[in-house]
Amino acid sequence: MRHSSEPIWWSLFAAGGVVAALVAPVQIALTGIAAALGWADDAFTHARVLALVSHPISRLYLFVLISLPLFHSAHRFRFTLIDLGLKQGRGLVAVLCYGAAVAGTILAALVLIRL
Amino acid sequence: MGEAVSRPYRRTMPATWWLTNRAYFLFMVRELTSVFIAIYLVLLLVLISKVAAGREAYEAYLTFLGTPAVLAFHVLALAAALYHSITWFNLAPKGLVVRVRERRVPDAIIAGSNYLAWIAVSALLWWVVL
Repeated sequence: MRHSSEPIWWSLFAAGGVVAALVAPVQIALTGIAAALGWADDAFTHARVLALVSHPISRLYLFVLISLPLFHSAHRFRFTLIDLGLKQGRGLVAVLCYGAAVAGTILAALVLIRL
Repeated sequence: MGEAVSRPYRRTMPATWWLTNRAYFLFMVRELTSVFIAIYLVLLLVLISKVAAGREAYEAYLTFLGTPAVLAFHVLALAAALYHSITWFNLAPKGLVVRVRERRVPDAIIAGSNYLAWIAVSALLWWVVL
């Protein structure tokens, strides 16, 4: 039997789904709303945020937070396109979706290592 | 007969099939929450790179995050993320069958512990950052 890469993508999808379910709402509220509106000014000064995100645990957390849900999104988006009728280019759709998640993961690693 | 090989009939589905019924529509909404989450993650990664780039770049990006369109996106993304969390935790008992002494742990306990973990993690992050 030919080996399938499907279990790998599915595992990343499931792990990303858990991470997104647990922390995406609070993360969006923190950086997309609280920081954007300038709530708690001293919490979002450059010096404090730099110190916070530079900590090794924060970097690891941010890497997991960004990478795994990207694979979750890629997997869902892939099957949404197919459900919407894009059946001809199945292979290409998979490559583009997972490729974007891999690219995002590499970029996240580079940004976080260089902090 | 020029076409000797007959192909099986395939019923074509219009791309708007998910608009025909409430359950299909909610399924599609759930699937599309992932797009909002993915865009948010890209914006977050840009934010981190701006923090690394220095104070001026970071403050300029905060101003960008505060513009009405970007703020509106984040409000929508928050709603999408909440919908993902709720649907995910409600599905968890169906994917995870836990047995204690041959008895199946009730769905409500599995879903409930997920919700408790969600609240605890959210509160912890809120407390660490703010």
